[in-house]
Amino acid sequence: MSAAATALAPAKDLTVARALGRRRRRTDAAIRWLCIAATLVGLFFLASILVTLLWRGLPMLDWLTLTTEFQPTRYGDETLPRGGLSHAIVGSLMQVGLATLIGTPIGLLVGTYLAEYARDSAFGSAVRFVSDVLLSAPSILIGLFIYQLVVLPMGGFSGLAGALALAIIVIPVVVRTTEDMLQLIPNTLREAVIALGAPKWKMILLVCYRAALSGIITGVLLAVARIAGETAPLLLTSFGNNVMSTDLGRAMASLPIAIYQQANSGFPDLIQIAWTGALLVTLGVLAINIAARILLRRRH
Amino acid sequence: MSSTTAETGARTTGSFGGMQARSEAAINTISRISIRNLDFYYGDLKALKGVSLELPDRQVTGMIGPSGCGKSTLLRVLNRMYSLYPGQRAEGEVIMDGRNIIAPDVDLNELRAKVGMVFQKPTPFPMTIYENIAFGVRLHERLSKAQMDERVEWALSRAAIWDEVKDRLQRSALGLSGGQQQRLCIARTIAVRPEVILFDEPTSALDPISTLKIEELIDELKRDFTICIVTHNMQQAARCADQVAFFYLGELVEVAPAAQLFTAPREQRTQEYITGRFG
Repeated sequence: MSAAATALAPAKDLTVARALGRRRRRTDAAIRWLCIAATLVGLFFLASILVTLLWRGLPMLDWLTLTTEFQPTRYGDETLPRGGLSHAIVGSLMQVGLATLIGTPIGLLVGTYLAEYARDSAFGSAVRFVSDVLLSAPSILIGLFIYQLVVLPMGGFSGLAGALALAIIVIPVVVRTTEDMLQLIPNTLREAVIALGAPKWKMILLVCYRAALSGIITGVLLAVARIAGETAPLLLTSFGNNVMSTDLGRAMASLPIAIYQQANSGFPDLIQIAWTGALLVTLGVLAINIAARILLRRRH
Repeated sequence: MSSTTAETGARTTGSFGGMQARSEAAINTISRISIRNLDFYYGDLKALKGVSLELPDRQVTGMIGPSGCGKSTLLRVLNRMYSLYPGQRAEGEVIMDGRNIIAPDVDLNELRAKVGMVFQKPTPFPMTIYENIAFGVRLHERLSKAQMDERVEWALSRAAIWDEVKDRLQRSALGLSGGQQQRLCIARTIAVRPEVILFDEPTSALDPISTLKIEELIDELKRDFTICIVTHNMQQAARCADQVAFFYLGELVEVAPAAQLFTAPREQRTQEYITGRFG
């Protein structure tokens, strides 16, 4: 140790230190209030949407609405039968279900490829980039794409085309979450499997998927929540239908399109039903999101 | 026990009476793995330079040295773990059962069944305790349910954890403590019945009590397995190892029976490392 290093540092100027401390505290307080204000603005709009939906949608949310098909307006003649949304609920469930069944395995495999086989490859980076572009592509474009590819050659709108359009939206969501979740797995776990003499495919199938399972399911649920509310891609593919149809080869109703059509009808009773449909979609998406959160929490 | 015994041994047969805990141990002259003139590269970086080392059968070889000296790298050559990563390659010979295990045509899964590995951090699989053990066995053998039960109990008993987990075999392995998880990983490794077990700093993430248990276990396991342990803890090397290899900057500086290496090293660099001058 040299003498210079052991010598005392010059005494601190306490007035400067205190002034700096005051300034820091002021900045801290200002930023904190800005954050709180921004949160409140966001929450206000969210709450106002939810309250409005409940206010307008709840009165008609009854068994009849859930189990009856569309009926024309009763405006001016209350003796006519009241309509419901069963055709749209069934159509939405069928198209969203089929889209999930088609999109999930594809997304899962692509995500697995990116995380386990192509982490550093140029081709992998290209696939990842394209998938991310697809993730943020305007959904009407996906509708147009399927319109050209399926609707025109098949000679008409169909539930199948709607499901395919939704599946294309599912794929990049599942790709991203699958890849992210697999990348969270520490490499030492992979090496531990390999060190036992396991081939790579068994490592992925039996250990990595199990370790990432709840995360991957969460991703699928979020994808389902996303497509449950999509309207634009369905307008050009399954089109909508006022009668109950479970034929995937023909035009098919769905909740978002039923909302769109009945809200535009101009008749107060149909608009009421549109509100109820909007509430139904929102509650469904909310339930899926809550399920996803519970699954994610169980993981930790 | 005097150091003269060891020195005499060194000059004559290469077999030693060690000190204290190691007094009963003599370095076995039968070699399980022979490493000859091994070079290792991470891309262009040469991480091991001409290493030659014999791993005596059913003895513990400790590998010490400062971080980045190549000891873990050498361990990962012995089960070809490096083959997972493109850009890493080994040159030279590592002879086991008359074959060069770093040759390109070696069946890696078969090799890894013979050379097991336990890692620095416990790596329980996200499944039940029973399934953790059965997982590795199923990769290489077809056993009946009864045989598998027997094997699981055997492995967990050998790893000194059976009594702690026998009532919760069907519960998730992730609920075990760190020390238990590490013994579970050891059980998982020996369940495959390897010939060699590699330990890569197996206690650096554990508390002193768990560390002691693992060290006792290693001492017990060497009756049946050839063991190679990388450690940063020189006391651990002194306690566990029959022979100790000191690595520095990718070179094997010195290998000697533990008692000799820690009391009368031949090399200046070994002397400086074990007395804490660097590293």
